[in-house]
Amino acid sequence: MDGSKIKIALTGNPNVGKTTLFNALTGSRQHVGNWPGVTVEKKSGNVSYKNYDIEVIDLPGTYSLTAYSIDEIVARNYIIEEKPDIVIQVVDASNLERNLYLTTQLMELGSEILIVLNMCDIAEERGDRIYIDKMEELLATPVIKTVASQKKGICDLLDKVIEQKEIKQYHGHEIGYGAEIEEKILEIEQVLAEDETRDSRYPLRWISIRLLEGDSNVREKISDSPVYDRVIQIIDSIDQEEFEAEIADKRYIAINTIFPQMCTRANDKLTKSDMVDRVLTNKYLGIPIFLALMWGAFELTFAFATPFMDMIDLAASWVAGYVSSSLQPEWLASLVGDGIIGGVGAVLVFVPNIFILFFLLSLLEGSGYLARAAFIMDKLMYKIGMHGKSFIPMLMGFGCNVPAIMAARSIEDEKDRLITILVVPFVSCGARLPIYVLFAGTFFGRQAGTVIFGMYILGIVIAIISAKLLRVTVVRGKPAPFIMELPPYRVPTLRTSLIHMWDNGFMYIKKAGSIILVGVVVIWALASFPWGVEYGSEDSYVGSLGHAVEPLLKPLGFDWKISVALIFGLVAKEIVVASMGVLYGAGDNSEALTERLMADPGLNALNSLSLMAFSLLYMPCVATVGVIKKETGSWKWTAFAIFYGIIVAWITAFVIYQGGVMLGY
Amino acid sequence: MLEENDTTLDTLKPGEKARITKVRVRGSARRKLMDMGMVAGTDIELVRNAPLGDPMDYNIKGYHLSIRKEEAKQIFITKL
Repeated sequence: MDGSKIKIALTGNPNVGKTTLFNALTGSRQHVGNWPGVTVEKKSGNVSYKNYDIEVIDLPGTYSLTAYSIDEIVARNYIIEEKPDIVIQVVDASNLERNLYLTTQLMELGSEILIVLNMCDIAEERGDRIYIDKMEELLATPVIKTVASQKKGICDLLDKVIEQKEIKQYHGHEIGYGAEIEEKILEIEQVLAEDETRDSRYPLRWISIRLLEGDSNVREKISDSPVYDRVIQIIDSIDQEEFEAEIADKRYIAINTIFPQMCTRANDKLTKSDMVDRVLTNKYLGIPIFLALMWGAFELTFAFATPFMDMIDLAASWVAGYVSSSLQPEWLASLVGDGIIGGVGAVLVFVPNIFILFFLLSLLEGSGYLARAAFIMDKLMYKIGMHGKSFIPMLMGFGCNVPAIMAARSIEDEKDRLITILVVPFVSCGARLPIYVLFAGTFFGRQAGTVIFGMYILGIVIAIISAKLLRVTVVRGKPAPFIMELPPYRVPTLRTSLIHMWDNGFMYIKKAGSIILVGVVVIWALASFPWGVEYGSEDSYVGSLGHAVEPLLKPLGFDWKISVALIFGLVAKEIVVASMGVLYGAGDNSEALTERLMADPGLNALNSLSLMAFSLLYMPCVATVGVIKKETGSWKWTAFAIFYGIIVAWITAFVIYQGGVMLGY
Repeated sequence: MLEENDTTLDTLKPGEKARITKVRVRGSARRKLMDMGMVAGTDIELVRNAPLGDPMDYNIKGYHLSIRKEEAKQIFITKL
């Protein structure tokens, strides 16, 4: 039996419980992907109810529908172009006034609107009273009360959706903008209407208002129109800044007129959330608490994940060993064992990190603390050309660059996000530590600790310099203005956090995984061919490659063996150590390796220092490259990250080595 | 057209209230500020500064909005 189909889109401000409602509606039947052409996440799901098959699209949370961010453009384009049967705006009942601003804009899009008044429990607890009947009357849209976190009101909502689909009569009230503006709106509408080839899905009034507000995205949309020049003439004749302010003003005036009739707010007494804020963002306590929480999150993500990662590592090498010994011929065994299973292992080993990270990020975000973290760190980050929201990704980078780059997703501004993604690889991750331990331990004796600490500082300094450098070259401009809501503190819903964790973990395996797998197999092939050579030996392609790049690395003090180890390090940086073990014939025995390294006249304190700096900074490992590609959605920026890293590493190592030589070390 | 007692938003002290008279911010920040409710005629209160002094946490239209001093300097107010 095939029921009737209904397509609904969820929209609303951030932090209003939209995702919780989406999860309550669709349960496990959801699909996560990307909106075409952009990196904004697209979630959709299905719910069967009373013989109807309802498709739910979760639009990005926005405060407005201007062209301020990609999120806003994605949301409004979907509503206009895909024409969902009903657009549901999720409204935070405890913050009605600002939420209604989006409502005024939705009404201009000409779609069927239904308002879901969520978190009524919080508003009622605070003593607010909302008169639903009055609200329905004034807005001319149906209003449904829900508490999505407790799944209250979901059936009422679905009943209303079905009813509204059958009736189709609620477009809401449009706002009047006063004589002067209305006159211009009409003038533009009339000119636009003359163009018979125009995209009829876009309401003329909406386009006209958007143009008067200086919306560049809409302006571009009509740039092919034969009437474009005439429209621009009208727009150029007005004081655009004045109109923009006036239009926003009129929207708020309209809200102010109806708002007191539908809601009586309790006196401005201190809420629980305000009291929590008095402590968490306190002048003296704010920073220590922040550092403690970040330390906790970091420890949980990395320390807690380590046993799971070790288990995956162990399982992968056990399976690889088993396959290698049971498969014939030998090259096939090696391909499957070292290449493919090694590659799958390299993908899976990050899964515990990524799952825990996204779980914690979701808890932080759901509780409202993530916004405070940015609030607390913004001044510091702004000084180095970044945004307050860049702090958490940078911090996570010390554990592993892969989840760190994924954490940059919370940064809305494209440029801020790109810069964060590009500089995170310079933050010294856990996988680089074994390299420092080996070389600093071998050549620096009691100074080893200082040298290792110096490497971490070097990474931070290079990241800061790079951020500043990128700001004046390829990613020009200042960090985005910090205009951010500090949402009320709430108890996050476990279910939402678990779903968030699962979705993102799975996306990582699917998207970044394929690139990592290919990278690992390519390196395996380089180490195994031509036919019959010993894996990774001087005669293999990787050995030849090591010899080929030797002249380039010679000024840094590296011979071909180090070059080969560095090529292997592209799989994962800690493999540099294992490769040195193989190349020096010491295998896994670290004491033997230390002895042989010391005995090699080609190695000394100076070039090992240069090597550590180079390993820190050169091309990110394949897993990091994989997520950079996935998160930027661009091969261009991925290539940039690789070559920029190599150049910075070369220059730094060159300065260290040649400087040392000049100083007589 | 600014009045004598007009000053800018960054001069507000924690707990002080004011009414916005003009938003002089330019560029994309202007749009965003308006969308968030920073329009002339709206009442605003400084709740606190961030622990490092900047940005600021304001109460506007019943919710908390945080902006940097840089933008606050270009928003004119009348203290209440």
